[in-house]
Amino acid sequence: MATKDQHPHPNPLPQKSGRGADKPIPTPTLETAPYWDGCRRHQLRIQRCANCHQYQFFPRIYCAKCFSEQVEWVTASGRAKILSFTIVRRPVSPAFANEVPYVVALVTLEEGPQMMTNIVECAPEKLMIGMPVEVTFEDWSDTISIPKFRPGQS
Amino acid sequence: MVPQYSATQLYVRAARLALEDAGITKQDIDGLITCASWAEPYLYHAEMIAEYMQIFPRYCMGAPAGGGTTLAIMHHAASAIITGMCNTVLITMADSQVSGLSRDKAVEMMSTAGHPQFERPYGPPIPAFYALLARAHEHAYGTTAEQRAAVAVACRKHASLNPAAQMRKPLTIEDVLASRMIADPLHLLDCSLVSDGGAAFIMTSAERARDFKQKPVYLLGVGEGHSHEHVTQALNLTTSAAKEAGERAYAMAGLGPRDINVAELYDCFTPVVIIELEDLGFCPKGEGGRFVEGGRIELGGELPVNTHGGLLSHCHPGHPGSMFSITEAVRQLRGSCGPRQVEGAKIALVHGQGGIMSTHCSAIFGNEPV
Repeated sequence: MATKDQHPHPNPLPQKSGRGADKPIPTPTLETAPYWDGCRRHQLRIQRCANCHQYQFFPRIYCAKCFSEQVEWVTASGRAKILSFTIVRRPVSPAFANEVPYVVALVTLEEGPQMMTNIVECAPEKLMIGMPVEVTFEDWSDTISIPKFRPGQS
Repeated sequence: MVPQYSATQLYVRAARLALEDAGITKQDIDGLITCASWAEPYLYHAEMIAEYMQIFPRYCMGAPAGGGTTLAIMHHAASAIITGMCNTVLITMADSQVSGLSRDKAVEMMSTAGHPQFERPYGPPIPAFYALLARAHEHAYGTTAEQRAAVAVACRKHASLNPAAQMRKPLTIEDVLASRMIADPLHLLDCSLVSDGGAAFIMTSAERARDFKQKPVYLLGVGEGHSHEHVTQALNLTTSAAKEAGERAYAMAGLGPRDINVAELYDCFTPVVIIELEDLGFCPKGEGGRFVEGGRIELGGELPVNTHGGLLSHCHPGHPGSMFSITEAVRQLRGSCGPRQVEGAKIALVHGQGGIMSTHCSAIFGNEPV
């Protein structure tokens, strides 16, 4: 199973834009590697239970609903709706100082699970709970791309 | 700020004050619970404090961290006493987040509560996590910025009567709304403080307490509720496990919300108090915003809340924050709060929550054993 995508310490070199510099770059684990491998290919992957058909995120070894081990990775549609959001004015750390104000949101994927994300490509004051959004990816290094969301079609 | 004491010294100084208050010596302590400091962390913190104090307990536990845990450890201490693991437990907590760390460092450390892979890359500071809850509550129930501000105003009013409080200058709703935006819709004055501080208390059996100098305050009921760790996994953004914690504590005490004379509620951010008031049954779901209006939660109101000033105005040294809710409840039930005394207070409810509205513990205290 050990593939290039599961390397525990992905190259933290940022892109020319400086995105990802000094930011908390995720370190994939055995359990989350398929997710980050998908992100690298700009595909949003979540798990689906082959037994009860429940979708889940975060990744787990079991289906959290029926406890079956028959969980498989699928590519989500990438469509979601804003569940809640906030506009951050005081950055969490100096690494985010150049980005304020930025939007931290919870979105509900079309398949059901919730995700935290940033909403991008939209003036923050135009955001509303329930607004349809779609996934887009920000490349932080050769191996790590971060899924974000932008306004999309419902 | 208490720059003249290190974090470890704050633990031990608080412990000494609690022993003096009870009129017992450290040799009477056979149980110890602590919660590790950030400024001076040790791998086995409770053992380190026992070593420092040169006490040799038969029950010694370093508790995991968070505002809910501070109260939940009382649940553990009570179980340890009832099951005979020990007789008299010293619970001490402190930290030196301003002097020992620095405000910015403390704020950055708190944010590591976010999931390392699925939350932290999005840069949420702690206020942002709670802003998500506040916005959801606003959307579902029409809760307003003015209503949230009323919580900060009440806490400050109470702090102005408390010489130990960090922030004592009275506030108006307009002051809160005019303070700078931290994470919409939360303003600076919707957020708790960053502080140095410590507190300790001693728990023992009602029988053993008869020998102590002070008339005891009785723990009548305690209950916990746990719904998630990361807010991304919260099944509900507007109703919390404070509901289960409260129901369990009320059931154990045989009491209900109407019996409570004073409430010390976890107030890391103003919307949390509104949600807790609903979930603990003081008003119906969605009515919390209206409940806090018109001075209802201020001294002299229907339900005085956070009579010491809370995390918003008294102090917030991190994990030990809700220790001061407990010490305040004890003082209220002893009738020793001076100008901020709730007249005739007999029953107090204390609620702590940790994580991002994740872990909850409610405790009900009385000045009589029933």
